[in-house]
Amino acid sequence: MTSVSSNPEAIADSAVVALRGVHKHYGALHAVDGVDLDIREGEIFGLIGHNGAGKSTLFKMMLGLTPVTRGDILVAGTRVDGRNFRAVRRSIGYLPENVVLYDNLDGLETLNFFARLKGAPLAQCAPLLERVGLSHAGQRPVREYSKGMRQRLGFAQALLGSPRVLFLDEPTNGLDPHAIRDFYKTLRELQGEGVTVIITSHILSELQERVDRLAILSAGQVQAVGSVQALRERTHVPLVFEIDLADNAGPAAVEALAAAIGIQAEATATGLRFQCAREQKMAVLAALTPLGDRVHDLRLQEPSLEDMFFGLSN
Amino acid sequence: MEFTPVFAVAAKEFRDRIRNRWVLAVALVFTVFSLVIAYFGSAQQGQVGFRSIEITIASLVSLVIYLIPLIALLLGFDAVVGERERGSLDLLLALPITRGELLLGKYLGLAMALTLSTLAGFGLVAVVLWRHMGGGALLHYGGFMASSVLLGLAFLSLAVLLSVFARDRTRASGLAITVWFFFVLVFDLLLLGLLVTTGEYFPGDTFSWLLMLNPADVFRILNIFSLDDVRTLYGLASVVPTTLGSPLVMGGVMLIWIVLPLILAKWRFKP
Repeated sequence: MTSVSSNPEAIADSAVVALRGVHKHYGALHAVDGVDLDIREGEIFGLIGHNGAGKSTLFKMMLGLTPVTRGDILVAGTRVDGRNFRAVRRSIGYLPENVVLYDNLDGLETLNFFARLKGAPLAQCAPLLERVGLSHAGQRPVREYSKGMRQRLGFAQALLGSPRVLFLDEPTNGLDPHAIRDFYKTLRELQGEGVTVIITSHILSELQERVDRLAILSAGQVQAVGSVQALRERTHVPLVFEIDLADNAGPAAVEALAAAIGIQAEATATGLRFQCAREQKMAVLAALTPLGDRVHDLRLQEPSLEDMFFGLSN
Repeated sequence: MEFTPVFAVAAKEFRDRIRNRWVLAVALVFTVFSLVIAYFGSAQQGQVGFRSIEITIASLVSLVIYLIPLIALLLGFDAVVGERERGSLDLLLALPITRGELLLGKYLGLAMALTLSTLAGFGLVAVVLWRHMGGGALLHYGGFMASSVLLGLAFLSLAVLLSVFARDRTRASGLAITVWFFFVLVFDLLLLGLLVTTGEYFPGDTFSWLLMLNPADVFRILNIFSLDDVRTLYGLASVVPTTLGSPLVMGGVMLIWIVLPLILAKWRFKP
């Protein structure tokens, strides 16, 4: 994170979305409890948390849908609910979780309606339908759409007016794997055009490969921010080794590991399996080297985002 | 205030009501009722046919005073709470539109639908009356149509207000029925009871002015006082001072009934 500045206007240069000491209290409940975040221009930023961790509240405050109790939020340099709210809102796109559109309108009418509200050129609507793969369904009423099609139409809606920042709340809900892949491909294209994307998802493994940085939110506070790699290094979630050994090598390997780093390895059908801390990784390899070609294979499992997430937010 | 988003919302609301045939259905109901009443309205006097504009309007007023408030309340009660409950409100409010503009757009769109169905529904009888009774009758009937539109707009405004107040659609529909019950059935009875029990302590015109607190009564006064013969049909007429008989004053009161609930709704419309 960059340093905290007391002057809100100074933040605007470094971050496209900046949160400073943001609180949201509902009576005694502190839904968001002192959040500082800088989301940089052109990055894909993930927001992760359990239900009730404060993700949705944070999103709503960033969009100006609900007022902050305390703190500052700047989007593209200005307050999203301030005097320039129209300009700010034209420069953002929002896809709510389980987007609800109007059943009686068809796909193209839906986009036309939102384009008018957003002040976006109506000529964008048909190409956007094409971009999300719905051009064949543009004349069909939304009531006949599947959940995935609605989600894609909602995404097209968020892209109206060529926004600088996209807020996507659980955007891949209801999409099949094929559509999810297309969706992230589109996100990468948008990123190439300089668009900043803020995305929440409960499918953590899906986010892990696709965001530049992420924040883990728990009990209304940010537990960790950084790239997946940086978070892995910072956490103490152990690495998992699996080694395949020649038939007679088991006891020697167990002894070598116990002697080198005090690890208790368990036997598997083909060899051994054990956990070690990240900083012991090289020591493990050194202990195994004397076994030479009696080690047939070695697999190393990095902690997944799920492991880190549950390690950090509990 | 910017008008582009207001018109976008209004156009959608209006088109929705055209498409789901709401406007057509209400217009048909009004057409059938107004034709039947205009034709059989003087049956009590032992006649049928398009004969008396006074009796036609008097009969229509007593029907419309029940029907239009109900239709307007049903049209508008879920304007905001419906979007909120379905989950589409957040998306709308994240767009470059203020809450006031959204509210105004909703109101204008619904108001256009209600006005169109009222004018279309009562329009056929206007043509018939004109053919049978000439321009003078048409003028009075035109006044009735205009006041019917105002009555609808006033109750639509109340409906939008309660759609902002209510927490969910169920409560909103309950509130709508309560509002209808109060203004259309209970209010006059309460006023009458008050007049009988405490009337002697108040100066003469007080109770007449209290009628202004009910748009349905304003509508009745607007129509009764436009026609001398109708005035005599109603006993109530004798208690109302002549200043209240002025269509301009009553029209002004009706406008207040249209604007005030909308202002309240805007003030109350929070996240």
